[in-house]
Amino acid sequence: MDYTPHTEEEIWAMLAKVGAKRLEDLYAHLPEEVLNPPIHLPEPMPEWAVLEELARLAEANLPPRKAFLGGGVRAHYVPPVVQALGSRGEFLTAYTPYQPEVSQGVLQATFEYQTMVAELTGLEVANASMYDGSTALAEGVLLALRETGRMGVLVSQGVHPEYREVLKTYLEAVGASLNTIPLEGGRTPLVEVPEEVGAVVAQNPNFLGALEDLAPLAEAAHRAGALFVVVVDPLSLALLKPPGAYGADIAVGDGQVLGLPLGFGGPHFGFLATKKAFVRQLPGRLVSETVDAEGKRGFILTLQAREQYIRRAKAKSNITTNAQLTALMGAMYLAALGPEGLKEVALKGVYMAHRLQELLLTLPGVEAFTPKPFFQEFALRLPKDPLEVRRALARLGFHGATPVPREYGENLALFAATELHEEEDLLAFREALKEAL
Amino acid sequence: MNYPLIYERSRKGRRGLRLVKAVPKAEDLIPKGFLREAPPRLPEVDELTLVRYYTGLSRRQVGVDTTFYPLGSCTMKYNPKLHEEAARLFAHLHPYQDPATVQGALRLMWELGEYLKALTGMEAITLEPAAGAHGELTGILIIRAYHEDRGEGRTRRVVLVPDSAHGSNPATASMAGYQVKEVPSGPDGEVDLEALKRELSPNVAAIMLTNPNTLGLFERRILEISRLAKEAGVQLYYDGANLNAIMGWARPGDMGFDVVHLNLHKTFTVPHGGGGPGSGPVGVKAHLAPYLPVPTVERGEEGFYLDFGREKSVGRVRSFHGNFLALVRAWAYIRTLGLPGLKKAAALSVLNARYLKELLKERGYRVPYDGPTMHEFVAQPPQGFRALDIAKGLLELGFHPPTVYFPLIVKEALMVEPTETESKETLEAFAEAMEALLKKPKEWLENAPYTTPVRRLDELRANKVPKLTYFDQEG
Repeated sequence: MDYTPHTEEEIWAMLAKVGAKRLEDLYAHLPEEVLNPPIHLPEPMPEWAVLEELARLAEANLPPRKAFLGGGVRAHYVPPVVQALGSRGEFLTAYTPYQPEVSQGVLQATFEYQTMVAELTGLEVANASMYDGSTALAEGVLLALRETGRMGVLVSQGVHPEYREVLKTYLEAVGASLNTIPLEGGRTPLVEVPEEVGAVVAQNPNFLGALEDLAPLAEAAHRAGALFVVVVDPLSLALLKPPGAYGADIAVGDGQVLGLPLGFGGPHFGFLATKKAFVRQLPGRLVSETVDAEGKRGFILTLQAREQYIRRAKAKSNITTNAQLTALMGAMYLAALGPEGLKEVALKGVYMAHRLQELLLTLPGVEAFTPKPFFQEFALRLPKDPLEVRRALARLGFHGATPVPREYGENLALFAATELHEEEDLLAFREALKEAL
Repeated sequence: MNYPLIYERSRKGRRGLRLVKAVPKAEDLIPKGFLREAPPRLPEVDELTLVRYYTGLSRRQVGVDTTFYPLGSCTMKYNPKLHEEAARLFAHLHPYQDPATVQGALRLMWELGEYLKALTGMEAITLEPAAGAHGELTGILIIRAYHEDRGEGRTRRVVLVPDSAHGSNPATASMAGYQVKEVPSGPDGEVDLEALKRELSPNVAAIMLTNPNTLGLFERRILEISRLAKEAGVQLYYDGANLNAIMGWARPGDMGFDVVHLNLHKTFTVPHGGGGPGSGPVGVKAHLAPYLPVPTVERGEEGFYLDFGREKSVGRVRSFHGNFLALVRAWAYIRTLGLPGLKKAAALSVLNARYLKELLKERGYRVPYDGPTMHEFVAQPPQGFRALDIAKGLLELGFHPPTVYFPLIVKEALMVEPTETESKETLEAFAEAMEALLKKPKEWLENAPYTTPVRRLDELRANKVPKLTYFDQEG
């Protein structure tokens, strides 16, 4: 099975046309030293055997109702209607919409996606998507450095540690410096912003789940002439004050919580929103409304002079492929739920997470760590190594206790609850954790 | 007629999905100061409206599933439906699960890494990068870390790219803090060896090459190039965008490349999704393995594990474990085809492109670099015709056009990559359409297309007064 349509006769006829006798002749001009190397791959398999083998490898899937792991992505409901619409071959198998006359599907949906991200974040514009939350953050910070012409970054320890690591990689590449603001009592303290800093970065809810009042830090950033960048959970924005309302210049995040499968970490999508004033510094694709030759409304990629295939070495970023399809599925999810439905999903998770914390705190040796209020995740201090607890829970048929890196404290683990969980799920999990401890 | 936006189909109070039975009150949980004052303006639609809307939108969109899509350098081959089913099997795996419970997923990653190493001739690999350009950045950062480790970081400040290179190559090099220098192509369309020799110096960190290059030509002097690079202490970078042509037949590692990035969404059938998500694994030779990003997937005595212990690593380039579901699709593709299937696919991609090139030459199109082209070739319309008009005319005749105006070294370029999954009669029908366009009145061509969902769009207006959201008042 190789998905090629050619019959033997056709191959002969085509070879004759191009002046070759055998398929091998098509490679005859390659240096002999590199031709036909010994390569060892498994024997080809029929489709059903491939699926069977994959099903074996995927056996560790657990029902989402038994999953309480946090850490920036969580078990949420994955609506079949979004999966079905996102699987349409026209969306799935299209390339970047460089030919807008036949790409209005992707373009119009992306225009609406940009609108929805701007609405959620309380900012004016959003690009067409980034790879994930961590790279959206890195590119958001680079945007701030270009805009301010400075080379210093101040990041709260409340930002997801993996995001901070990615940020560090990107900043080292351009020679910018990165300093961390340590959390105090589980939240980001107000600090002085030095003059060389071009971007101040915080996360809300932060990595430990706690809600932050970031307006004072935003003011401090602006007073120092820096831009304020916030990492947000898009689901939380159905409920919480949008970053635009407390002084954020740039908001970024990861879209998994908008009804996308966990998929062992991806692909989800990253989003990047900002103010219109900075639009010419935005990396990646942007869709604009315009009109066609007959005056009819249409959508098109715009401000392309920012991008690599036009500007080459002078582009704002090298990003090309993004996460368009998963971003559009995020938009479909938002449209499927609407503002009320989304708020309900957000609220239910908040309620269940607080209830879960209450239940787990009744276990001996378990202490609260994340201050209230939190969103759908919180950290607890466990009486044992979280790695062992996570393993013991898995043996009991549950997933929980995401180990928190030591920089935050000893024996900390993240727990999450979402709209998928009911009281009986929480009670069953408490019993499992009791046993695991 | 306009196709109304979902916002224009929205009615206040209309509901779609309801996922929560008893809704808790926000005020009981979160102090008012944290709550937003007005809800985000999201569409309010019922589920059938949603389904009709996006189904209708999809009909205003072409993809490989609907249309021949010979977009050069993009490898728009068929994306097997099996792979979508395969990806769904892993939907609920959380990236922070106990590694003991995800041995299957880690095994899949490790195995895919082995397959890709075997196919590229590389000795170590990362599956973290989320796209080709992301892989490029990762690869160039690895090279930079290597030079810095050897104390040559300060002197080696230049990356060489041929003038036919993808735009992402120079953009990547600048993002990694390098100066970019272009090396001209020779009259045969391959890298000009003399020009390259002149540029090679102790200041050069890397040469980024695509092979076959963007003209579809295999760099026949590649062994000479890699020898020169090696002598000058320069790392040779392979842009994998065009690997489809030689998959299984020849390996970048054997040609002397030190770093390779792959585009799983091109060569290994991960669907392009209207622009992503893709996946861009990076393979390296052993001397660069210490600098790979973390984590890598390794096999130990107790099974597969994520290895974070790489002291000289460039760091992390993405959260979690890369675009894992893309890796599942690539694994399924390689296991379905095996080496014989991959070699056949590669050879037929070349045969299809050569065949189509002959058909177009017979019909009046010119091929300025008409060497032994492989999976793609760059054509020009006859004098007096613009590539843009040919592209727009093709839309009217039901085909997606080739890549136009790239590579930059060919005027009015039409870069054609049919891929191996297209039939002989599709190629012939396309050639007929290309011929028909040359017989159309000039005015017809300049105004095409006519019956597509929209006609030529006002790009200038979008650039001057962009309207980037539905609520944007200025645009």
